[in-house]
Amino acid sequence: MSTLTKYSPIPYTGPTPTNRQTYVPAEAAKMDARGVEIAGKVPGLTQETGEDLPTFAVERGQIADVLRALHDHPELRFTMPLDLFGADYPNRERRFDVVYQLYSLQNNERVRLKVRVGEDESVPTSVGVYQGFDWYEREIFDMYGIRFDGHPNLRRILTHENFQGHPLRKDYDPAQRWLLTDGGITRIQPKIAPEFVQEEEESDFERVTLNLGPSHPAMHGTLRVVVTLDGETIVGAEQEIGYLHRCFEKMSETHTYQQVIPYTDRLNYCSAVINNVGYCMTVEKMLGLTAPERAQHVRLMLSEFYRISDHIICIGTNLVDLGALTNFWYLFQPREEIIALAESCSGARLLPSYLRIGGLAVDVPTDFLANAQKIVNMLPKFIDEVEALVMKNRIFRDRVEGVGVISQEDAINFGFTGPCLRATGVPFDVRKASPYLGYDTYDWDVPIADGGDTYARFLVRFEEMRQSLRILQQAIDRGLPPGPVMVDNPYVALPPKEKVYNEMESLIYHFKLIMHGIQPPVGETYFQVEGGNGEVGFYIVSDGTKNPYRVRARPPCFPIFEAYGKMITGQTIPDAIAALGSLNIIAGELDR
Amino acid sequence: MATQKIERADSIIPRKTGVAPGEGAEKGLITLPGEADREVEDLGGGTYLTTKLDSVVNWARGNSLWPLPFGTACCAIEFMSMVSSHYDISRFGAETVRFSPRQADLLIVAGTIVDKIAPVLKKIYDQMPEPKYVIAMGACATSGGFYRAYHVVQGIDEIIPVDIWVPGCPPTPDGLMYAILKLRDKIQRGEIKRA
Repeated sequence: MSTLTKYSPIPYTGPTPTNRQTYVPAEAAKMDARGVEIAGKVPGLTQETGEDLPTFAVERGQIADVLRALHDHPELRFTMPLDLFGADYPNRERRFDVVYQLYSLQNNERVRLKVRVGEDESVPTSVGVYQGFDWYEREIFDMYGIRFDGHPNLRRILTHENFQGHPLRKDYDPAQRWLLTDGGITRIQPKIAPEFVQEEEESDFERVTLNLGPSHPAMHGTLRVVVTLDGETIVGAEQEIGYLHRCFEKMSETHTYQQVIPYTDRLNYCSAVINNVGYCMTVEKMLGLTAPERAQHVRLMLSEFYRISDHIICIGTNLVDLGALTNFWYLFQPREEIIALAESCSGARLLPSYLRIGGLAVDVPTDFLANAQKIVNMLPKFIDEVEALVMKNRIFRDRVEGVGVISQEDAINFGFTGPCLRATGVPFDVRKASPYLGYDTYDWDVPIADGGDTYARFLVRFEEMRQSLRILQQAIDRGLPPGPVMVDNPYVALPPKEKVYNEMESLIYHFKLIMHGIQPPVGETYFQVEGGNGEVGFYIVSDGTKNPYRVRARPPCFPIFEAYGKMITGQTIPDAIAALGSLNIIAGELDR
Repeated sequence: MATQKIERADSIIPRKTGVAPGEGAEKGLITLPGEADREVEDLGGGTYLTTKLDSVVNWARGNSLWPLPFGTACCAIEFMSMVSSHYDISRFGAETVRFSPRQADLLIVAGTIVDKIAPVLKKIYDQMPEPKYVIAMGACATSGGFYRAYHVVQGIDEIIPVDIWVPGCPPTPDGLMYAILKLRDKIQRGEIKRA
């Protein structure tokens, strides 16, 4: 028997939809003031105001000099290359933007540089300043066809050899495929590292080139490394990626803002919720919204649970590569509990897609905190026992200490973030550097280690799991704040189903939101969160319509895997395998 | 897909009336699948069980699949869940994970296959010895999933034949387990015959 209930109209009195208005970030004035200061110190910067970061336009020819100046200036020290990507505006005279984002560890600040490039123009390479930009420039060449003068190895990186055209250009059909035949597999001859070039005549061995991957048990499915061996020593290595390039950025442009959320899950599929948080908070930043407290609390808790799960997969599979299978079986047991917790919230196991722009899809079940407490109680035992099993194990120590070393300078220069950077002794964590979701209100520490080798990365990951547990225990003790899990804004959140069925106004809001989507104001923004293996950032350009104009995901694995060749040169193949696992390269995020 | 039902040839031993499954057990006989083909003969000394060679071989094959995980993406993580302690695929005899195609008879394609890796997948499949079976795990391997895009293979049946498709994005470990059991039944019924 059905009963009719009368509802009052939606009591919403907030601002009306913001579409086609210009986006003005909340911190624009502060950033503009800072931009004036920076522009005064480095010549060649033309300031662009009203952005969420100090933003400058730079002349095409000057970019390498400007980057060098920003890198070297004693008061600025923008030593870390965070991201480099393109954007296409076909109606403009110079259609492409090449966007550089840099970070200064010294001042904890970011800066964005833009170079406007025409169709047939090229940009001087910046590999000389930041080694990490090597692959980023190749990616821009692949995606937009912009050439970089002086680049050492400018060829396609994500798409295959037979690919025609440049897919992220706006005039490229998203579904246009080009087939690769059997003969089309890229032949790679690695460059010999400079320290081994002269030794060839003196060596007793003939140099052999060996291909590892992409289908190789230690290459995790989609990574490929070609190494040149002198006896057992690796004297040159080159990595090939793109074996999981599934067009995240192009796909985002053909979907509405809410529809992009499942795609973000599949970037770093080991810690899917963190990607959701990053993406949703970026769009919320554009919309000028903050998710309700209850939603934020759940976001934080699930982020930390998934961070633990990410580290469990990394440690477990790395130990399998080293021949220690027990730990993998053992660690996956608590991980199942974490997955089950996410499943109880969202209904999906690995990739929950639980977040929505403006909050959560549904409220958490009533026993959420109780279950979370159970997991937090059981995890320390597993972590302690696995640590006891391996960290004092002589064989294990021999295989990981001094293996896959990267120095602190190189790590920063490549743009490492996350545990791999912290293993070189740099205490950079986005949760501390620019806190979000209230991480600054929790009592926890950033673990760092010296050495930058595989052992140090193990140390950092083990300790990070404990710190996550600390955060989680505090979050559980605080309890879930009461209230809704979705913002009260009918231009962002769907009205409740009962209202849709019973009220004309709600029905219209529902229809509008489904058909026309969320429409953020016109502009661009960047927001970053700390992912399982580094800074996950989203750069979104909105043109005021329901589809994002450009979504760029900053992949933390990308610079880390880029440095891998350098890390294994001079070592042996078993060392290379041990090092690769500890880097936690997730192909979904690496290739997008 | 090239599946063909095996013709059932008559046994060379003259048939007696078949023994119902329960009866054999009471007599202390081992139970084999394919009851219809099975017959028990008393040849004087003791009790024998005769069956067709195909049935025995298929029974063995179905119960000891050696999977090669061609794991590229998210589905590979769920595959790992399936082989690890909680779900434990060894209960169904398929825990011997081999990374060499020469030692495997079940190819589990777990994850998105993009154009760049398609020739690799083809090569791996070609290197596997007969008989070989393929499970397409998840939406991407089945149809490209929601990646209707410029670099993604729209279903691995563009490249290699597939025996079982598993829906889900990613499928749960139970889902994949069910697929392996389905494949086992299919093999034991003699429905898969290639080359």
